[in-house]
Amino acid sequence: MTGDPVNEARLHGYVDGALNEAERAEVEVYLAAQPDDAERVRAYRAQNDALHRAFDAVLDEPHALRIGAPPRRRWRWMGGLAATFIGGAVIGALVHAMWGSQQVTAGALTIARQAALAHVAYMPEVRHPVEVQASDEQHLVAWLSKRLETPVRAPSLLSAGYRLLGGRLLPPAGEVGTAPVALFMYENAQGKRLSLLVRRETTGSGTAFRFSRDGATNVFYWIDGPLGYALAGDLGRDELSAVALTVYRQLNP
Amino acid sequence: MPAFTAAEIEALIPRLRRFARALTGSREAADDLTQDTLERAWVKRELWQAGTNLRAWLFSVMHGVFVNSLRRARPTESLDDLEHAGQERADDGASAETAIAVRELREALLRLPDDQRQVVLLVGLEQLSYAEAAEVLAVPIGTVMSRLARGRERLRQHLEEGTPDRHGLRRVK
Repeated sequence: MTGDPVNEARLHGYVDGALNEAERAEVEVYLAAQPDDAERVRAYRAQNDALHRAFDAVLDEPHALRIGAPPRRRWRWMGGLAATFIGGAVIGALVHAMWGSQQVTAGALTIARQAALAHVAYMPEVRHPVEVQASDEQHLVAWLSKRLETPVRAPSLLSAGYRLLGGRLLPPAGEVGTAPVALFMYENAQGKRLSLLVRRETTGSGTAFRFSRDGATNVFYWIDGPLGYALAGDLGRDELSAVALTVYRQLNP
Repeated sequence: MPAFTAAEIEALIPRLRRFARALTGSREAADDLTQDTLERAWVKRELWQAGTNLRAWLFSVMHGVFVNSLRRARPTESLDDLEHAGQERADDGASAETAIAVRELREALLRLPDDQRQVVLLVGLEQLSYAEAAEVLAVPIGTVMSRLARGRERLRQHLEEGTPDRHGLRRVK
């Protein structure tokens, strides 16, 4: 049947479920007598299934795209983030934060800086990147919650390719008060690490995502209720923003 | 008056991203392509005919953006990106075998000529009808059928012979 355009089209129609019942029956009779073509049909159907297996996961990925995002790429994801996850009501505030005075509170700046410093300090550790291993996650979370005097959670970043290595306690940042600071560390299959810093915040009950860059380390940070979060990693901004969204979603199901 | 709302078009972003990812093989190139498609679709929104398939129309916009981008430069095919995708699947609980199969498929797809890859994806992944695919690509339906036949057969051969690994060696079956 190969080479005969009419019949070849019919075989593909059969693969794609585009035939009516009579046509389908006809093709089935034909295929019963033509094992080579039957094998091709089987392979083409398997291709369609394989395409879904390979790419359907993209449908569930967080993304930051939206219409009307400013053309400059580095701002693009920010707007999308707002539209997708924060909702229209805070877009104004976000825009103000991004294009307005650019000022952030001293506390918010500090969390980004603290996360970048901690990431740079502990990320290269081969043997002891964390104090408590992820294998003891229950204990880790209970311990850090107790020390921060508020429940904290270690979000799962497996969907982004990062597994939890464990966590550690950091000294408090001066102006925030006396509560210590929790640091979770994650690692992907290539050995790339991310640090998620969690600490109590005294200023404000919520902010939009913000971005800062500290040397080679990029940081996304935000405040949510009593806690501030900062995700630090030597990752591209877009890649890190996708993980930050995963964190945010996990903490705000 | 706009023919559709921004929300309607944005609801289809996951579908556009999936197609773009399969088409370009790279997350960043795919998201750039999708973002450019959104912008262009919004500017050209008066051209959409109400009552027709909005998703198919968006694919046709994407096709135009894609072809233009090819004229400027080949999209980069990032092997790291491919490996990352395989890793994502493995972490999702799929077996290592599945991850390898997924990776081989993605590599084999990228070895198809662009016009064949587009048709294979529009029909096989996005499940557009042949007529819709013809409209998306602005070609006669017979052209869609011949590209589909050639693309599928070539993909089958690539998958059967195994894809070359990053050192250019072929896997021994």
